[in-house]
Amino acid sequence: MSGVHPHKRRGLIENTLEGLHAAMERALYAEVSASRGGLLQRLDPRVKVAGLFSLVLAVALATKLWLIAAVLALAVVLACVSAIPLRVLASRAWIAALLFSGIIAAPALFLTPGTSLYGLPITMQGARTAGFLVLRAETAATLMLVLIYTTRWTHVLKALRIFRVPVVVVVILGMTCRYILLMLETAHEMFESRKSRTVNAMTPAEQRRLAVAGSGVLLGKTLHLSGEVYLAMQARGFRGEVFLLEDFQMGKLDWLALGAFAVLASASIWAGR
Amino acid sequence: MHIPDGYLSPATCATLYAGCIPFWRMALGRVKKVMHSRQVPLLSLFAAFSFVIMMFNLPLPGGTTGHATGIGLATVVLGPWAAMLAVSVALVVQALFFGDGGVTAIGANCFNMAIAGSLVAYAVYRLLTGRSALASARRVVAAGLAGYVAINVSALLAAVEFGIQPLLYKDAAGAPLYCPYPLSIAIPAMMIGHLTIAGLAELAVSAGVVAFLQRSDLSLLRSTAGKVAEAAQTLPVGAARPLRALWAGLAALMVLTPLGILAAGSAWGEWMASDYANPAARGQIAAASFNHVAPQSAPLGLQRLSSVWTAPFARYAPPYIRGAAFGYLLSAMFGAGLIVLACLMLGRFTRSAARAGPEAP
Repeated sequence: MSGVHPHKRRGLIENTLEGLHAAMERALYAEVSASRGGLLQRLDPRVKVAGLFSLVLAVALATKLWLIAAVLALAVVLACVSAIPLRVLASRAWIAALLFSGIIAAPALFLTPGTSLYGLPITMQGARTAGFLVLRAETAATLMLVLIYTTRWTHVLKALRIFRVPVVVVVILGMTCRYILLMLETAHEMFESRKSRTVNAMTPAEQRRLAVAGSGVLLGKTLHLSGEVYLAMQARGFRGEVFLLEDFQMGKLDWLALGAFAVLASASIWAGR
Repeated sequence: MHIPDGYLSPATCATLYAGCIPFWRMALGRVKKVMHSRQVPLLSLFAAFSFVIMMFNLPLPGGTTGHATGIGLATVVLGPWAAMLAVSVALVVQALFFGDGGVTAIGANCFNMAIAGSLVAYAVYRLLTGRSALASARRVVAAGLAGYVAINVSALLAAVEFGIQPLLYKDAAGAPLYCPYPLSIAIPAMMIGHLTIAGLAELAVSAGVVAFLQRSDLSLLRSTAGKVAEAAQTLPVGAARPLRALWAGLAALMVLTPLGILAAGSAWGEWMASDYANPAARGQIAAASFNHVAPQSAPLGLQRLSSVWTAPFARYAPPYIRGAAFGYLLSAMFGAGLIVLACLMLGRFTRSAARAGPEAP
């Protein structure tokens, strides 16, 4: 392609392929994990959505660091009893949240005005605010990961009906999830086929052209597929009305779990004031 | 840009959720009215597309990389209301299943990117495209700028939301409970990255894909082009474009040029050699230069070069015209006429060169 050294740093194709692969792997792992026999997997999705969302809300409202840490510990316990390995939590939630929030929170240690901490150039107020930022991000990310690794995506979306999300929106979200996987695969194939035909490193300008052309082709395929999907929907009798099968059934364990989540979330909100 | 959980207070999140609801309702209503049931798979697939192109990292000047969000592109292809829904759906899926953006901040992220972003992108795109043809280069530039402005407006809104947190929410010890940075830090911190890296990525993808669509499937650009572009499209190549409004604006500006006489003094640095000897002009120079007194005489270089060429309309006041206002008007007509003539000649030259075509190898 160009005169650039072939063993230079990884280019667009490799990075994009890795990102696409990671997203697909995450989606597939969620499906596998949701079908395991853990505690949360046995619960009604509506209970999990309501319960875990209320804990996220309690964390957002909390003004005490120990309480956020306690909810994080609870989320870890829930993950353990639901067959989610700690290394998965660490690699997919904790490290990412720590890196992102840590970079943002670190300057607050020095910039927030207040009393010096043990004679260091950081302030107590700065340490507290950085702690709030990082702990809240970690806890919310852990709770959401526990939800999506113990519940099928389609069930999570159906359970959103308890928040009065319109049926048409739930259907659109469901279709989006399904086609994200197809799009990821299509994009993966596009870049892989290009990689197999690339013998040398590409210049930045060539990489930009490739990314733009890839986006354009993917857009064309998206719209073409949309037409086909619509025709298929019409063939099955779709006339504009959308329906959702409400096939969830609340059992004893679900009511018990709902009660436990209600108590925990209420107690967290009360204690975290 | 995707605000995680814990950065905004629940009250801010609730306010932004509430701010989204009327737009979502209006968008759903408009989408149902315009495209009926066909919109359901289109929105889903476009949301999936937006999700996937966020993974295409573009190499940018300076050795860094960035990715587009697809706001500009979605708006150009789907229109602002459908784009608003498609981008919102993509953001909800990202927050729920991929941990990109917080669930409590879904309202904030949708408000900043899907709602404000789409509306701003549409306004910029329509403003810049005007009556241009679907295949014109102007649409490529407009799409790029629409994406660039949209993502920067979204970033600015996010920065303002971050920046007001320490003003509103602190614990008993004075530690900010949510984002700790005030507006003076949040705005530059967010905007520097978006005005450069993220904005450039959005610009490149929006403009590049529109250029790609112009070559591959022009019909995809029709939904946001309106009837005007259809009319422009039917004009034969080289025919005069409907530029009446532009000509009227130019004429109005020329008629208004005598207003320039009302402005006192001369522009800083545009002094003539004779001004240095004129006490009134020297006073103006000093006043405009932080009271630095000008030299008694013009610098030698200025004296020598100022006499090399004497303009026929020096200071927009031809010596043979008595009325200053009429002199201004005549200068404007002469100057504008020269520019139009040069453009026409350039256009004719370009067209004749294009007709001749490239030589065979």
